[in-house]
Amino acid sequence: MIKAWFKSGSPWIWMTAGAVSLNLILVVGLLLLIAVRGLGHFWPADIIEYRYQDRDGPESSIIGEAVATSLLPAAQAKAAGHELLDNGEYLVQHLVKTGNRDILGSDFRWIQQQYIHSQSTPDDLIMVERREWGNFYGRLLAVKEDGAVIAQGEQAWQVAQEKLAKVLEQHDEIDSLQDHEVGAINYQLERLRLKQRALELKNAWNDAAKQEFAAQKQTYEKQYQVIQQQIGKLSKESKRYSLVVAEAGQKEISLPLNRVVKMTRPNTMSLLDKCIEYVGNFATFVSDEPREANTEGGIFPAIFGTVLMVMLMAVVVTPFGVIAAVYLREYAKQGFITRVIRIAVNNLAGVPSIVYGVFGLGFFVYIIGGNIDRLFFPEAAPAPVFGTPGLLWASLTLALMTLPVVIVATEEGLSRIPKSIREGSLALGATKAETLWRTVLPMASPAIMTGLILAVARAAGEVAPLMLVGVVKLAPTLPLDGNFPYLHLDRKFMHLGFHIYDVGFQSPNVEAARPLVYATSLLLVMVIIGLNMFAISIRNNLREKYRALEN
Amino acid sequence: MTTAQKNTHAIDLSALKREDRKSAEQLETCIKVENLDLFYGQKQALHSVNMEMPHKKVTAYIGPSGCGKSTLLRCINRMNDLVDGVTIKGKILLDGEDIYDKSVNVAALRRRVGMVFQKPNPFPKTIYENVAYGLRIQGINDRRILDEVVEKSLRGAALWDEMKDRLNDNALGMSGGQQQRLVIARAIAIEPEVILLDEPASALDPISTLKIEELINELKEKYTIVIVTHNMQQAARVSDFTAFMYMGELIEFGETSELFTNPAKKQTEDYITGRYG
Repeated sequence: MIKAWFKSGSPWIWMTAGAVSLNLILVVGLLLLIAVRGLGHFWPADIIEYRYQDRDGPESSIIGEAVATSLLPAAQAKAAGHELLDNGEYLVQHLVKTGNRDILGSDFRWIQQQYIHSQSTPDDLIMVERREWGNFYGRLLAVKEDGAVIAQGEQAWQVAQEKLAKVLEQHDEIDSLQDHEVGAINYQLERLRLKQRALELKNAWNDAAKQEFAAQKQTYEKQYQVIQQQIGKLSKESKRYSLVVAEAGQKEISLPLNRVVKMTRPNTMSLLDKCIEYVGNFATFVSDEPREANTEGGIFPAIFGTVLMVMLMAVVVTPFGVIAAVYLREYAKQGFITRVIRIAVNNLAGVPSIVYGVFGLGFFVYIIGGNIDRLFFPEAAPAPVFGTPGLLWASLTLALMTLPVVIVATEEGLSRIPKSIREGSLALGATKAETLWRTVLPMASPAIMTGLILAVARAAGEVAPLMLVGVVKLAPTLPLDGNFPYLHLDRKFMHLGFHIYDVGFQSPNVEAARPLVYATSLLLVMVIIGLNMFAISIRNNLREKYRALEN
Repeated sequence: MTTAQKNTHAIDLSALKREDRKSAEQLETCIKVENLDLFYGQKQALHSVNMEMPHKKVTAYIGPSGCGKSTLLRCINRMNDLVDGVTIKGKILLDGEDIYDKSVNVAALRRRVGMVFQKPNPFPKTIYENVAYGLRIQGINDRRILDEVVEKSLRGAALWDEMKDRLNDNALGMSGGQQQRLVIARAIAIEPEVILLDEPASALDPISTLKIEELINELKEKYTIVIVTHNMQQAARVSDFTAFMYMGELIEFGETSELFTNPAKKQTEDYITGRYG
């Protein structure tokens, strides 16, 4: 009976199907876990006010968002020095995000269920996202303009929102002035300084040049003065307003409005409001720049850096890989040496990525970059231009790392082009090179794309080598901006993978960082999926076009 | 169907007989094979073949599988160069020039000697681009010239009426017979002198085969045609001259009508009467 079942082949089907199901469960589970953990962070949770009194303090008020609950077995709780009032089996603890780091010293606090006298969600509790010191939780008392109260009580909220919108606008304006105008002037001044240095090195720094440069410098400085004045005016304007808020302990605090990013009253929000707020929060996370050692704000520079780096890598690795594969498959004599080279290429794919990072640092950054600096940028010395980790070297290092994948896939594709097609082209008087260009390579393009998809998947998720060749915790400027030559390959950049590591392990604020780690992981996965989908759609188009291989 | 085919074939043969009284030697020679030996590595595949194929006639190679007829055909446009380990001794003269001479440009030779293979091998491009391929290789990209040549070639391959509205469709969407005629159109687009056909109808159904054979009859007015076939009726139907090969040797070569009705060699007779092969 069992023997017959084995002979029928069913166990084999069950086993293979089981393996596939297991894989699916793992993948879906992984995505679900990081999605739930990460996306929950953006939900505008209710703010709870606890009346709380523990063993040795008076009754006090705690305001904050409930983040997590944990059950500690009684024995462990006792061992840790806690008392169990009701002699229950567990000690119930809640983690509350209390914010107000400037007053309380930390954002989060564990409180014990047994000491909570009461808890409520009053409508007047507000959450204020600040540029520094994290969130503030408390009550809004009044709004001040130039130190004089202009609104109080129920009115205050409305007025505060209006004024905040205005101040935020001013802030954006200041930001854009600083980033674009001042940034551009600084960039030009730096170039001027380098030009001057270059002339000095060539002993061509004469009076004429001196005058010209001084004139130019003056123009830039004048422009700078104008912009500075604008900025000064805006910032003075934005400093006029402040909020008077009360924290949980009823202490009154003055909060300048230009230090506020956002304020909400989640307890008054309907479900729809919360959903809108949620989407807004997520959009901010994706599109904003990070603040507060990457634990606040968004991750846009990291997304941008990741995508740009992967694209540059793809642009480099595709032609190199394809050319190498064409030589190996089409031109090289198939013998011992070709076989050895092929084995070596395959083995390169197995070299740990950090080794590529070390190679990239030693070869690209120090040797090539150092020599480029010596030959082309002597005026910048001792500051390096290309002799330091940067976007270009990171892309090249990853291109080197993914080269074997592209070579192997392309070779595979070339070997699958039927001989009859090549002969057909040759018989029409085409040379081998013409046949390759006009017929064979286009037909192999889906295979090349497959190689590229694998390369992108590997490169986008790679972190270790990047830490050596160009990724930083916080890049002051994006590698792409409005200053000529627009794409700055020498700049350092941010990367989602490194961002996860940095936020997760290098952040001082562990509790605040945790959801961000999940959220960033989710985005990294989404970016990789997005890049892959893009490549796959191109491949499918090509396949449709050259589907000769199927018949 | 079969009887009809047989009848046409009989008529064709008698027509040939009347027209081509002259023997091969009296016609102007197009391709002359002199003492051709071919080795695949150590193994000799062709043994000292001598043959003269006349201008604007159809020459058929027949013989059992592995007898070297395709190999001989592929020597004429140097397709065997692509095979590793091939050594060729002897000469093939095309209009008096040795095509195995060192000074010969192989690509230019293949422009003069076109080839159609056993399995239709259109490129995965549009019908138009398939036909224009050979011209584009030569750097001709003028749309007017291309349009003209594409039409002329498709008409030449009896495809124009079927395909004139589908020129921008992918060639892979055509039927096998259409694909084979497209490949012929592609070959005549570059106006070769010689067209080599390597079992052009063996992968096709009887109707498509008939069309290809009619096409060959039309093409021989302009081109010298060499055809390899397994099908002796086909050889008899389409060719003016026939070469019978066996084990890498040319056994007998002569006018088709002569060879089929009155073979000089016993081996030829055995083969065409079906005693082996």
